[in-house]
Amino acid sequence: MTANDALIIGIGNEFRRDDSAGLLVAARIEARNLPGVEVLTHHGEGTGLMSLWQGRSLVVVVDAVSSGQDCGTLHVVNTRCEPIPSGWTLFSSHAFGLAEAVELARDLGELPQSLWIVGVEGKDFSHGQELSPAVAHALENAVTKVIELVRPMA
Amino acid sequence: MSNRVIKVDALARVEGEGSLYVRVKDNEIKEVRFGIFEPPRFFEAFLQGRHFMEVPDITARICGICPIAYQMGAIQAMENAFGVEVPRPIRDLRRLIYCGEWIESHALHVYMLHAPDFLGLSDAIQLAKSNRDLVQKALRLKKIGNDLLEAVGGGRAIHPVNMRVGGFFRTPRKAEIRALIPDLEWAIQASHDTIRLVGGFNFPDIEQNYTFVALRHEREYAIHEGRVVSNRGLDIGLPEFLDHFDEEHVKHSNALHGFQKPGKQPYHVGPLARFAINHDKLHPETLSAAKEVGLGAVVRNPFQSIVVRSLEILQVCLDALAIAKNYEEPDSPHTEPVVKASVGYGCTEAPRGLCFHRYEIDDQGLVKTARIMPPTAQNQKIIESDLWKVVAAHLSLPDEDLKWRCEQAIRNYDPCISCATHFLKLTVDRE
Repeated sequence: MTANDALIIGIGNEFRRDDSAGLLVAARIEARNLPGVEVLTHHGEGTGLMSLWQGRSLVVVVDAVSSGQDCGTLHVVNTRCEPIPSGWTLFSSHAFGLAEAVELARDLGELPQSLWIVGVEGKDFSHGQELSPAVAHALENAVTKVIELVRPMA
Repeated sequence: MSNRVIKVDALARVEGEGSLYVRVKDNEIKEVRFGIFEPPRFFEAFLQGRHFMEVPDITARICGICPIAYQMGAIQAMENAFGVEVPRPIRDLRRLIYCGEWIESHALHVYMLHAPDFLGLSDAIQLAKSNRDLVQKALRLKKIGNDLLEAVGGGRAIHPVNMRVGGFFRTPRKAEIRALIPDLEWAIQASHDTIRLVGGFNFPDIEQNYTFVALRHEREYAIHEGRVVSNRGLDIGLPEFLDHFDEEHVKHSNALHGFQKPGKQPYHVGPLARFAINHDKLHPETLSAAKEVGLGAVVRNPFQSIVVRSLEILQVCLDALAIAKNYEEPDSPHTEPVVKASVGYGCTEAPRGLCFHRYEIDDQGLVKTARIMPPTAQNQKIIESDLWKVVAAHLSLPDEDLKWRCEQAIRNYDPCISCATHFLKLTVDRE
């Protein structure tokens, strides 16, 4: 893998139902073995994310989101143009998570040329592995969206 | 009659989810509750019936910040149960990977979570706006910790997969470990800068007469081995731990509250306890740095934990450098354990304090019972005790300022609420 490869990072907790959406999307993309695309998973601690995307030009982070919209809604944020909306809850227990990492990287001039966040709106973040039907249904749309975003590299 | 309620629904810059409620009536504190509403995860229950070899990789999942603490405690408990002794190079590698965990965990807390409190800033993003170099230094320091974890831990810093009962699946080559040396030399200098910076912060004038409990080792600043020692004369081996310490449920929290017997006495684990109990085991360079910033052999001001944590970063960078320079590859990556029905104990110093494990294993190597006491659970009572004192000393502050002071007091402990059971709510009631 080189710095020119697109990097996809799936974030989540596989045992907190809809929170696993990011991990599942990443796994589906990894299974396609796309040339020029590196797929990683991460638990979402912010400084760790910053070191993963340091020096990369095109990065897509996939995570579960709770913003009050309909379960299964797909959110796409171009962090170069806008911050992560403040009304989002990214289900991380970390004190310094994805939203903080994006803003800190922006201040330090270390934001990748392109850093997209693809969020899957979840509803049930309780213990377990079964997804809400709407989230299960949204996964393939999220996969398609992420691949579309990395296509210039792939 | 004056009633006052101060309430923080979501305390920032702590790992996990919790709440704080303080009730003050006629300028007198009536109630302080450090509550944790994160649901319990029942690790000890679902370890039952698991094969002993699976346990370290399961317990590693208790925490993404300090997985080594949970892995190593479980591994050592199994080795204790089966009478496995590991050779020096394996022991050194274990200390090395643990140094990596301390560096990354302490660097994250000191700079990104705790320093903003003393600089009057809301978070690390504000800190980056005012001092870009400082935040970049913090990030590099943390990355060096991660690199250490990856070099020894099998390419993954978050839930390393390379440690096992009896040693490692694969031991790193000498060249891989030697390659860490230049970064560790930089980290030592960065640690000195950190100590000078945080040593110059202003600290609230609060001291507590703590019972400190930490591991103590005859030759080194104890991290991954030792006896359990207190500053009040306790000196016990791990099998006696549960005779002296226990946990209880309290109504307002999903985390168990640890206490010392007899009675239910609070005690303090973590950097201040280690520093007090093992001061004579610190590296001369760390001792000299401590003296430069005016610290004596015992620090009783919980707000100065940021200085002690910074001194511990220096200590483990020095330790890691010595190990990296002297590392020789072992003949074999592990010793194969011979299973027998037994009880095993393991205890290490997680970045946040002492972490105790006990497992009962049957003759097939399956876990019959498991008991894990994480540091944050052990510190619950002492955190509440600190809060009483902090609120009492700052009753004249307006609610917003008092709330912030309370949050800061909780962050002194770098509480990992996820481990202890995740976010904090603070409610102060002034009646």
